[in-house]
Amino acid sequence: MGKALAIDTRKLTKSYGGSRGIVDLDLKVEEGDFFGFIGPNGAGKSTTIRTLLGLIHLTSGGATVLGHDIVNEKEKILSKIGYLPSEIFFYPKMRVKDAIRYSADLRGASCSKRAQELCERLDLDPMKKVEDLSLGNRKKVGIVCAVQHHPDLLILDEPTSGLDPLMQREFFSILTEENREGSTIFFSSHILSEVQAYCRSAAFIKDGSILLSDKVADLEQTGTRKITVTGSLTREKLQGIPGITYTEDAREDELKFLYRGDIQKLLTILAGEKIRDITITEPSLEEIFMHYYEAGEERK
Amino acid sequence: MTVLKQEIHMQQKMLLIWSLAIGLLIATCVLMFPEMKSQMGDVNEMFSSMGNFTEAFGMDRLDFGTIIGFYSVECGNILGIGGAFFAAIVGVSALMKEERDHTAEFLFSHPVSRKKVITSKLLSVLSIILILNAIVLVLSVVSVAAIGEEIFWKELFLIHLAYLLMQLEIAGICFGISSFLTRGGLGIGIGVACLMYFLNIVANISTSARFLKYVSAFAYTDTADIIESGHLELKYLLPGMVFMIAGVVIAYVRYEKKDLR
Repeated sequence: MGKALAIDTRKLTKSYGGSRGIVDLDLKVEEGDFFGFIGPNGAGKSTTIRTLLGLIHLTSGGATVLGHDIVNEKEKILSKIGYLPSEIFFYPKMRVKDAIRYSADLRGASCSKRAQELCERLDLDPMKKVEDLSLGNRKKVGIVCAVQHHPDLLILDEPTSGLDPLMQREFFSILTEENREGSTIFFSSHILSEVQAYCRSAAFIKDGSILLSDKVADLEQTGTRKITVTGSLTREKLQGIPGITYTEDAREDELKFLYRGDIQKLLTILAGEKIRDITITEPSLEEIFMHYYEAGEERK
Repeated sequence: MTVLKQEIHMQQKMLLIWSLAIGLLIATCVLMFPEMKSQMGDVNEMFSSMGNFTEAFGMDRLDFGTIIGFYSVECGNILGIGGAFFAAIVGVSALMKEERDHTAEFLFSHPVSRKKVITSKLLSVLSIILILNAIVLVLSVVSVAAIGEEIFWKELFLIHLAYLLMQLEIAGICFGISSFLTRGGLGIGIGVACLMYFLNIVANISTSARFLKYVSAFAYTDTADIIESGHLELKYLLPGMVFMIAGVVIAYVRYEKKDLR
C-alpha cells in the first residue's frame, strides 16, 4: 500500500432492524484520489456514506476516514471533510448567504470570499431565500457549503442530480481544482459516464457489497470485449461458452454480447459460421458494469 | 453558541407572538378588573357555590373582590394553559424538527457533536421560555400599575415562578419525547400539557385521586395554595423537577444513539 487511505472500511456492516443496509463492506480510497462510487438505487451508497459520517451507527466491522475512527473520532473527521447530501435541505427563511455563512460558522471557518467566488461561478444569487430555490439551486448552495473551506476529503452523494449539463461541467471543474489542490474526492453516482469521464478510481456496489473496485483505466481493460456479429450465429450455438453476457440485439441476424474469456475458443466457433460482419471493441464502463451486475444476478 | 443563536433566531417570531398573546390577554383581564370589582360580591358567591368546580380551580379560597384573588384565578389560568402549550410545543419540536425538516443531515455533517447540539437546543428552550415569562411578567406588572392597584410583588413573583417551573417541567418532559420522534410531535406535546392540566383538576375534585398531584405539573401552580402559604408546595414541586431532569437525561442518552434520517 503506497499511499495513505482517505477512506478505509473493514467488513463494515449496517443493518436496519432486520433489513440489509450494507454487508461486510470493504472499501479503500487512497488520499488524493478522485473516486466514483457506483451502484443502482438502493444498493447501499447512501447508507455507506451516512455511516462514515456518523449520521447512522454501524452494526459491526469498522472504518477510518482520514485515519480517524468513525465511532470515536467523529468530530475530527467532520472538521476535515465537506459533505453534499443527495437531497439537501436548509432551515426555512434562511437566505442563501445565511445558509453558507451558518455552515462556515459551524466549522469555525471564515471563508466568505471563497464562498462569494463559488456563488458567482455557480450563478447563485446569495440574497435569494433558500426555500424558494429549485432542487438544482439548492444543490448549488450545498456545493458551496461543502467546498468553501477546502476540505481534505469531499464526500458527495449523487451530486449531479438536478443540475443542468452546463452546471454539471462547472461543478466538475470545481471538483477537479479541489482535487488538484490535494483534496480527495469521493462521490456516489449511478451515471457511469461521469465517473468514467472524471474519476481515477471507481467501485461498484450492489446489494450492500462491493462488486469490484479498481482504477478506472484498469476497469476499462478487464479483457472484456464487446462483440457484434451479423450472420448465422445464434445464442444456441454459443451455449456452453462461459463469460458471455448478451446485450440487446438490434436485428434478427445480429448478435451482440460482452465476452470475457479465451478469444480463441470463440473464434473457433465463429469460423464454422456464415458471418457477414463482425466488430470487436472495448466496452464502455457502463457495459462492464452491466456485465458484472448481471453476472452477480446469475450467481444468486 | 452558533447553534444556540440560530435556534433562538429561528423561533423569535413565534416567541414574540406567544408572549404578546399571553401577556396582552392577561393585561386585558387586569384592565377589566376595576369595572368588575364592584360586581364581584355576587360573582364571589356564585363561584364559591359551584361545588366541585369551585374546588377544581381553588376558587373557594380566593377572593375575587381583590386584585390578588382575581389575578391568580383569571390570569393564572391564561398563563398556565398558554404557557404550558407553548412550553410543550417548544420542547417537543426542539430535537424532532431537525429530522422533520430534513436539516439533520446538514447540521450533523458539520463538526458539532450531538451532545453539543442537544445542550444548545436545551439552552434555547430554556432561554425562550424565560423570555416569554419575562415579557408576560412585565406586561402584568404594567397593567396592574395602570389600574392603580397596589402591586402585590411577593404573590405575583411566586405565582409567576410556579408557572415558569411548570413550563420548564413540561418542556423537559417533551424534550425527552422529542428525541424519539422524527416528525409530528406537536400533538403529543399538547397532549402532555392537557393531560397534566386535567390530572390536576381531577386531583382537586376527588380526594381519592389526590395522589395525582404528585404527577401533574400544575399541582404546584395552585394559586390558592401559594397565596395562603406564601411558598411553593415542595412536595409537588420536587417530583416535577425529577420528571423534568429525567426527560432531559433521556434526551441525551437517546439522541446520542439515534440513527438520523
